[in-house]
Amino acid sequence: MTYILKGETGDWETVIGLEVHAQVLTKSKLFSGASADFGAAPNSQVSPIDAGMPGMLPVINKECVTKAVLTGLGLNAVINNVSVFERKNYFYPDLPQGYQISQYQHPIVGNGEIEIDLADGTVKVIGIERLHLEQDAGKSLHDQHPQKSYVDLNRSGNPLMEIVSKPDMRSPEEAGAYVTKLRAIVRYLGTCDGNMDEGSMRCDVNVSVRKFGAELGTRCEIKNVNSVRFVQQAIEYEARRQIEVIESGGKIVQETRLFDTKQGTTRSMRSKEDAHDYRYFPDPDLLPLTVANDFIDDIRKTMPELPDAKKHRFIKDFGMSVQDASVLVQEKDRAEYFEKAAEGRDAKLVANWLTTELLGALNKGEKTLRESPVKASQLGALVGLISDNTISGRIAKEVFAEMFVSGKDPGVIVEEKGLKQVTDTGAIEKIVAEVVAENPDKVAEYKGGKDKLFGFFVGSVLKKSGGKANPGIVNDLLKKKLEE
Amino acid sequence: MTNLTNHTIASALAGLKKKEFTAVELVDAHIKASEAARHLNCYITETFDTAREQAKAADERYAKGVALPLDGIPIAMKDLFCTEGVQTTAASRILEGFKPPYESTVSGNLKKDGTITLGKANLDEFAMGSSNTTSGYGNVINPWKRKGDNKDLVPGGSSGGSAAAVSARIAMGATGTDTGGSIRQPAAFCGITGIKPTYGRCSRFGIVAFASSLDQAGPFARNTEDCALLLKSMAGWDPKDSTSVNRPVPDYTAQLKAGVKGLKVGVPKEYRIDGTNPEILEMWDKGVQMLKDAGAEIVSVSLPHTAYALQTYYVIAPAECSSNLARYDGVRFGKRVEGDNLIDTYEKTRAAGFGKEVRRRILIGTYVLSAGYYDAYYNKARKVRKLIWQDFVNAYQKCDVLLTPTAPTPAFAIGENTQDPVTMYLNDIFTIPASMAGMPGMSIPVGLSADGLPLGLQLLGKPFDEETMFRVSQTLEDAAQFTAVPSNFVKAA
Amino acid sequence: MSIDKNTVTKIARLARIKVTEDEKEVLTKELSSILTMIAELDKVNTDGVEPLTSVVQMQLFEREDVVTDGAIQEKILINAPEQAAGFFVVPKVVE
Repeated sequence: MTYILKGETGDWETVIGLEVHAQVLTKSKLFSGASADFGAAPNSQVSPIDAGMPGMLPVINKECVTKAVLTGLGLNAVINNVSVFERKNYFYPDLPQGYQISQYQHPIVGNGEIEIDLADGTVKVIGIERLHLEQDAGKSLHDQHPQKSYVDLNRSGNPLMEIVSKPDMRSPEEAGAYVTKLRAIVRYLGTCDGNMDEGSMRCDVNVSVRKFGAELGTRCEIKNVNSVRFVQQAIEYEARRQIEVIESGGKIVQETRLFDTKQGTTRSMRSKEDAHDYRYFPDPDLLPLTVANDFIDDIRKTMPELPDAKKHRFIKDFGMSVQDASVLVQEKDRAEYFEKAAEGRDAKLVANWLTTELLGALNKGEKTLRESPVKASQLGALVGLISDNTISGRIAKEVFAEMFVSGKDPGVIVEEKGLKQVTDTGAIEKIVAEVVAENPDKVAEYKGGKDKLFGFFVGSVLKKSGGKANPGIVNDLLKKKLEE
Repeated sequence: MTNLTNHTIASALAGLKKKEFTAVELVDAHIKASEAARHLNCYITETFDTAREQAKAADERYAKGVALPLDGIPIAMKDLFCTEGVQTTAASRILEGFKPPYESTVSGNLKKDGTITLGKANLDEFAMGSSNTTSGYGNVINPWKRKGDNKDLVPGGSSGGSAAAVSARIAMGATGTDTGGSIRQPAAFCGITGIKPTYGRCSRFGIVAFASSLDQAGPFARNTEDCALLLKSMAGWDPKDSTSVNRPVPDYTAQLKAGVKGLKVGVPKEYRIDGTNPEILEMWDKGVQMLKDAGAEIVSVSLPHTAYALQTYYVIAPAECSSNLARYDGVRFGKRVEGDNLIDTYEKTRAAGFGKEVRRRILIGTYVLSAGYYDAYYNKARKVRKLIWQDFVNAYQKCDVLLTPTAPTPAFAIGENTQDPVTMYLNDIFTIPASMAGMPGMSIPVGLSADGLPLGLQLLGKPFDEETMFRVSQTLEDAAQFTAVPSNFVKAA
Repeated sequence: MSIDKNTVTKIARLARIKVTEDEKEVLTKELSSILTMIAELDKVNTDGVEPLTSVVQMQLFEREDVVTDGAIQEKILINAPEQAAGFFVVPKVVE
């Protein structure tokens, strides 16, 4: 669906590109042996290298190279055999060396593309411009003291993959779907934990607006937006703001903006007094990074099935809708849970139970799938009981609720509570006869043409059976009885 | 032996082994000499007390027969090498009081082999200079004087304190670093031997960086053999330095006496530069003759881009230094001058902490890397650097080593050559090309000028072929019989 | 090749070094003189020449992903001009 913003002068198109910083999942930092873990006491995970002490030198972490290549392959991207680390020079208290080691002209990963899944079931391809490795900066705290800033270098030197998209997105929804997909990919690959609230995935959002068919407009970069929802809010606000500026005769200035999560607005970062001049040049402390084709092939062999491939397989093998398949593959845990639960079962039914009942219940209880009291095999067994008519869908809900509380197997619950479905025609016939006998008026109305009353009879029979009567048999027998 | 300070490292090791004297005596003799030569200002920080303790420990090892390869040898450590818990300044006021929580690999290697550091040797600030007059801790004075002239001379730079200390017999050897000639030129000015090995031979870990693609550590000593002994200890692959090279370190002393028969010594014609002191050119010719007499074949070679090495250097070295020195911002260590706000604090700290030459080079480096100039200067210089490197590769098709002068003049007086930075830069004209190409080089004293100052010749070798260079150096040393000693290095009582 | 006082002001700002007006005068001359020397590089034909980044020709060494460093807060802070509660302290950064 085209996202159109109506302005006073006509319809506007929003153009979005994203730069996502994803922390590589490693034990140690990109260029030092200090721990890369989150949440330690200030400056307790800092080596003299991370503190930019005199004479300290960077030595690259092999795991970062491997995971950058793996991620590149996951983005269907070109892996560059030679890449170069350069220094980006600027002064800031949380940048201890006075430069960030990054890749500039020659990144480790070049052009690629990923598919994003939209709510209306359509799929769009988003281009990847590049992925490069770089060091994270430390953290400055400005609220500890009225005249001072406090600096913690624990994060300094953490390994980041900066993944830059092409300006291919056209709506907040697409941007959200892109971040969601990217997060799924890195999680599937195990190259980043994707935890946006801990900052291990952060987004810079580039937004511009234009009239449909016009040249690209001037873009603004919104820095450090840290959830999918905020990405979407920031874009919505920023696009509107830009349209207002332009329509009231103003011009968009290329600048960096901050997103205010409380107000849902963006504001200009106090424009730096100096124009940026990062004076990039190849880091003389490092040699060009070479990755041989053999190395890349070896990594390729370790690639797990990625969300898109899984999605296509689910659609093909299980006849699932794109939407359902997309929801299932969104999280690696979810897809794995699904496949385990669906083994030998009605996959579509399992998918339904997983996405509606289980995820709903987990959501309510603020639990993750990993913490689910209902194990995959148990959900599968529940669906099995429905499929072989042991219980009805309605009873199944009851059983599920009990499973969610006690963690018991569905079979046990059905047994204990005597919930087994009644398929005995004679027993059901008896109830049908009772219901018909108890409601002569309604029978008359039904026979008089009020077809809708059929539902009432079904309901009554089921109720009388304690929900255990097989609804299909009930239907058949009722029809027969009422036509008598 | 009346004066232990006259020993070479090799002879001292022999004497220690034979128990002719103790490490404590050896170290004490050098401490005494150091105290008598304080006016030379060789050390920024003296570490005599720890040196005495270490000497005792060395003697214990000698007594037990478990002495280390260089046990008990007193040396000077250029104050560019970070030494754990000992003030390391790089001769800059911005690092005053800085005590690194780590040890440089090279100083650590020497320590492991038993050397004893007497002090952190003075240098040009951040190793930027050719006269040791840019130090934030005062000039170093060359122990040599011109005949009949009491003017203080410069020891050369940047490793001026190291070279002066070895020359003045207050240390048996010393560490230096060489970025554009900072070992070779002071060695020549002070009449001693100094070697800059191939780039990548010694680890740069823990050496305060000046220009990372050029900086290389190396030793000073009073002869070739001692340099070989020290280099063996200093060199080696270090997984903490991505530019250090993983290849075995040979026993550099093994081939010293192998002579030069069959070796080809190249004489680059482009090194005959106008303005070079005629005595130096004469000494060069003599050196060529000595090697010829010893059986080497002399070949004329060409290094066509020699004339552009200095210019290349003054783009690349300042560019790298402008970035390497950005970390001195008064946030985590070193001096801070409080300003009105953060940027003001940065600017005041760096203006007060850095000396003139360092500031000048940071500004040049900032300029050549800045937007719009990168290609014209920095990238251009990297391309010319490639051509300079290619020149050496080509020359080494025809010869095994090159012989050239080390510096265009002997030591000059403090205050001379300071009217314009470029004049001072010309000092390094013979040493810079090999630095740009990463080739090993050394300076050997071969004679005295008419007014009594030492003159050095430079040998340049193939990458990682320091051994051949040492062979030729030993041959020159044997032929030149340079025995002159600075006569007035101890202040008259 | 010469540069003017404004350029000196600009690069001193980029390099975060305070220079006085007097110093700017001197620096303008000195830096111009150095740049004039450097400009001789223009005489060299470098068409088709690949720039040299490192004289070391080998594969970049890659270390294993093992925690070998850090957990030395005291050592990291020991040389700090100002510190509090485990943090480095600087004049307030205004964003």
